Amino acid sequence: MQAKVYVTPKAGVLDPAGKATERGLHALGFEEVHDVRLGRYITMEVDGDTADVAARLDDMCRQLLANGVIEDYRFEIGESGVE
Amino acid sequence: MKCGVISFPGSLDDADTVYALSQVLGIEAIPLWHKDRDLHGVDSIVLPGGFSYGDYLRSGALARFAPVMDSVVEFAAKGGPVMGLCNGFQILCEAGLLPGALVRNQDLLYVCDEVRLRVERVDTPFTNACAKGDVLRLPIKHGEGCYVADEATLARLENDGQVMVRYVDESGEVTAAANPNGSLHNIAGIINAAGNVFGMMPHAEHACEGLSGTRDGSLIFRSIERWLERGGRT
Repeated sequence: MQAKVYVTPKAGVLDPAGKATERGLHALGFEEVHDVRLGRYITMEVDGDTADVAARLDDMCRQLLANGVIEDYRFEIGESGVE
Repeated sequence: MKCGVISFPGSLDDADTVYALSQVLGIEAIPLWHKDRDLHGVDSIVLPGGFSYGDYLRSGALARFAPVMDSVVEFAAKGGPVMGLCNGFQILCEAGLLPGALVRNQDLLYVCDEVRLRVERVDTPFTNACAKGDVLRLPIKHGEGCYVADEATLARLENDGQVMVRYVDESGEVTAAANPNGSLHNIAGIINAAGNVFGMMPHAEHACEGLSGTRDGSLIFRSIERWLERGGRT
C-alpha cells in the first residue's frame, strides 16, 4: 500500500515558519491568506492490508514521525501506483 | 568523577566538553561512542551539543535510537546524573527523559549570543555549587531552542520546581527582551521529577576556560563533582 502522512504543528503551538511564510505571501499581495501552518509530508510504501497498515501507521506516527507534544498527524492509505 | 561524553554522528561539542572537563577542570572524561552500549564505568553522563544525525526529522529525534541510549536510559533510571546541553537537551526531550519539546526559535533566526541565566534550584546534582538566584553568564548557539510544553506540563514543572534556569536580564528579572528564542516562561533548562536528568540550551562546556568571556559553566560541572563526592547528596 502507499501511505501519505501529514504532520502539522498542533493548534496553539507557535509556528514561526508558518507566520513568516504568511508575511511573505502578504508582501506578494496575497492579502486573503491567513493561518498558514508549515508541516511535513511523508510518503512510504507499506506491506499489508489496509486495516493492518492503518494500525501500524498510527504506531509509527506516535513513536517517531510526529512528536505528540508539538505536532498532530493524519494519514491516507491507497493502492500503490494509484493517485 | 568519571564523566562520560557521548559522541553521536553530527555531535559538535563532544570534543570541547572532553577538553573542558579534562584540560580545564581536571575531571576525568571518558568519550563514549553512540554504538557502544558499555558505559565504561562512568558515574555521570553528558550529551553534548551539535546536530546529531543531521537533525533529520526533528532535532534529537533519531539519536534516541542509538544503542548507547538504552544504556543511558538504564543509567538514569538507577539515579545516575545525566546532563544534556543544547542538542543533548533536545535528545533528552525526544527520548522522553524530560517533558516538553524544543522548537524553532520564535524569530526564526539562529542565535549565537551570551545570555544571563537565573538559577532557580540549587538542591540538585547540577547546581549545588551555585546559590539560589545566582545569575550565570553562558553562551548559546542554536536555531531550535524555544522550549514548549502543554499547560498541564508547564504547571507541573513550575509547581514542582523543575525549572532549573531561566533567561533573565542583567538585574535577574524575567523579561521578554531577555528571552533569546521565545521559550515559554523564559525556560532555559529543566530537570526531571526524580532530580537526576537535566537539560538546558546554554553551553556550560564553552564557559569553563574563560575564552568566551565567562567561566560560569564550570559551576555546573563542579556541582556534579561535588554531588558525587558527597555520595549523591547536595
